[in-house]
Amino acid sequence: MRKLSLVSLPLLFAAIDERMPLYLPVRSDGRVEFTRWMGGQDIAFTGNTDRSAKDFFFPQSEELMRLRREGKRVEVLDTRREAEDFVLFGVRPCDVKSFDILDSVFLAGPVDSYYATRREHGVVVSLACHLPSSTCFCSAFGIDAADPAGDVAAWLAGDTLYLRANTEKGERWLAAYDTLTEPSDENAIADLQQIRDKVSALPLAKLNTAVFGGDKLATFFDLPDWESLSVACLGCGTCTFVCPTCQCYDIVDFYTGHGIQRLRCWDSCMYSDFTKMAHGNPRTTQRERFRQRFMHKLVYYPAEHEGVFGCVGCGRCLRKCPQALHIAKVMRTLGKED
Amino acid sequence: MREEALIPHIGVVTEIRQDTPDVKTFRVVTPEGEKPFTHIPGQCAMLSVPGIGEAMFSITSSPTVAAYLEFSIKKCGCVTDWLHQMEPGQQITIRGPYGNGFPVEGDLLGKDLLFIAGGIGLAPLRSVINYVRANRQRYGSVRIVYGSRSKDDLVDYREILEEWQTDESLEVYLTVDREQPEWDGHVGFVPSYVTELQPDPSQTVLMCGPPVMIKFTLAALKELGFADTRIYTTMELRMKCGVGKCGRCNIGSKYVCKDGPVFTFDQLGELPDEY
Ligand SMILES: Cc1cc2nc3c(=O)[nH]c(=O)nc-3n(C[C@H](O)[C@H](O)[C@H](O)COP(=O)(O)OP(=O)(O)OC[C@H]3O[C@@H](n4cnc5c(N)ncnc54)[C@H](O)[C@@H]3O)c2cc1C
Ligand code: SF4
Ligand code: SF4
Ligand code: FES
Repeated sequence: MRKLSLVSLPLLFAAIDERMPLYLPVRSDGRVEFTRWMGGQDIAFTGNTDRSAKDFFFPQSEELMRLRREGKRVEVLDTRREAEDFVLFGVRPCDVKSFDILDSVFLAGPVDSYYATRREHGVVVSLACHLPSSTCFCSAFGIDAADPAGDVAAWLAGDTLYLRANTEKGERWLAAYDTLTEPSDENAIADLQQIRDKVSALPLAKLNTAVFGGDKLATFFDLPDWESLSVACLGCGTCTFVCPTCQCYDIVDFYTGHGIQRLRCWDSCMYSDFTKMAHGNPRTTQRERFRQRFMHKLVYYPAEHEGVFGCVGCGRCLRKCPQALHIAKVMRTLGKED
Repeated sequence: MREEALIPHIGVVTEIRQDTPDVKTFRVVTPEGEKPFTHIPGQCAMLSVPGIGEAMFSITSSPTVAAYLEFSIKKCGCVTDWLHQMEPGQQITIRGPYGNGFPVEGDLLGKDLLFIAGGIGLAPLRSVINYVRANRQRYGSVRIVYGSRSKDDLVDYREILEEWQTDESLEVYLTVDREQPEWDGHVGFVPSYVTELQPDPSQTVLMCGPPVMIKFTLAALKELGFADTRIYTTMELRMKCGVGKCGRCNIGSKYVCKDGPVFTFDQLGELPDEY
């Protein structure tokens, strides 16, 4: 474990960004987003970012390749490039966990090379959650906000930042800044229990996850509650876009004027045409689409991933849905909690 | 750079055959004139016209055909319209094969097989049928029930007439929905024809066709005593990636592109009724 005094933090950030681009949560215009470090910014050490960090590995839109078609001839141009090293600093424990879920999709064979190269070149520095929001419920999914994963985990305590490498990549990365940090005792951070107490006192911390799981298809699929839960849903897709674990995508061809770009863009199971086919749509109304999103997180995903849920309790869908529909409401209603 | 499933290869369309008013069968090879890849009957490939888009199609040729892949494609939208208006020599892109395919080297070996197809649904089954014909001694009896709207809508009609009906080791039962001139065969929908034929429930069924046909034929088969475990079908859901990542073809915990498209009805029974 290493530590440094908060007054030296700008020096560390400057040193990091000199080697590779550093992105961290910055407050600006009433929003908090991962932003390239440039000094003098209002860095958000509490709460979470409005958008998740998934953009850095799975951007909202990206070029897969270029194509040419002229008369009878077709050409495929592989425009992939190896990603460049970068650092994400201050990723919250829930969002760090979301990377495991994205990995389980994109790194399962056949490996998605676009995602993989960014994962390989990105260093994730997590930050223990000292001041969670009232919409947070990571602990319900077994995530420890006091001891996050990531290549390097960081804690803020008093006027000190503690850093501990969790992975080999993190160790190498951290060692590069040895001159700016000093060694620290593993037990120096006294407030781990304080964080855990704060998290478990949150209003949603006791959400019951035990009633959900991979074997619960028959229990929940036909419940009449889906009707009342989904009736106000606009199908806007906001919940899926802000969700750190939602990873559905579309592939579209786009004429640039000089050729054809094949793009991958985020898509949403909440959209009415997502599953539309020539002979009909298997999910005919918003009720089925709404059910899909939540059944996927609470039943379908755990069925194929040893019971791990597809939600990390980040609370973004609670904060962002224009209709106040969200996974906590769904879980309470289906689980018959008040 | 590592391999990337989403980056397709170039395919050249060498032959185009008009099968029905809205179905054409396309032969595809590599620019070097070779078969693009080997496959298992029931598997699919993603074809694309750059600038128009990609679409998934069953490989209708048998793996035993060494020289090319064939696709029977119904005209119904942007990509398929474009494919229908192209001429031999046209290059397209191709990636695959995707999906599990039928267990032709597993569960189906030695079994009596009953194929039931409707319309363009013959496409994936034709691959199995011709594979079985090429390895005839390794399978039991073969019966084929195939129906479509009219005689002109029977895909691969020439091959059915000239090769399947003359093959003594197969029984072929054709039907069309309505009476028409120049048709002295059976008239009626596939499900009722199946009931009429009273097939023995010890056979293994391979079924593919429009959702209504599947629904009613399944009911007819169950009435006749067929077990869900002995009825295979192939599913068609919207697909984008073909490799279990884009989420389009998700039914419950399964992805049709990766875990399917071939399922038995007892496997489908475990999934939500959303297809
Ligand atoms: C596993 C699999 C195997 C298939 N095998 C064959 C085959 O052998 N022969 C064949 O002719 N077709 C097959 N299809 C259907 C084929 O993929 C669609 O007809 C095709 O995608 C339509 O593309 P389009 O661009 O022409 O239509 P679009 O312009 O995209 O759309 C036209 C209409 O088709 C619908 N559509 C889009 N994608 C699909 C889809 N995957 N399935 C059904 N409707 C769709 C659209 O919602 C719209 O209503 C298969 C589909 C799957 C998933
Ligand atoms: S649940 Fe809310 S955010 Fe999601 S699609 Fe419906 S209205 Fe939009
Ligand atoms: S479902 Fe909602 S709370 Fe769960 S990870 Fe997604 S946005 Fe966060
Ligand atoms: S087509 Fe993308 S997951 Fe099946």
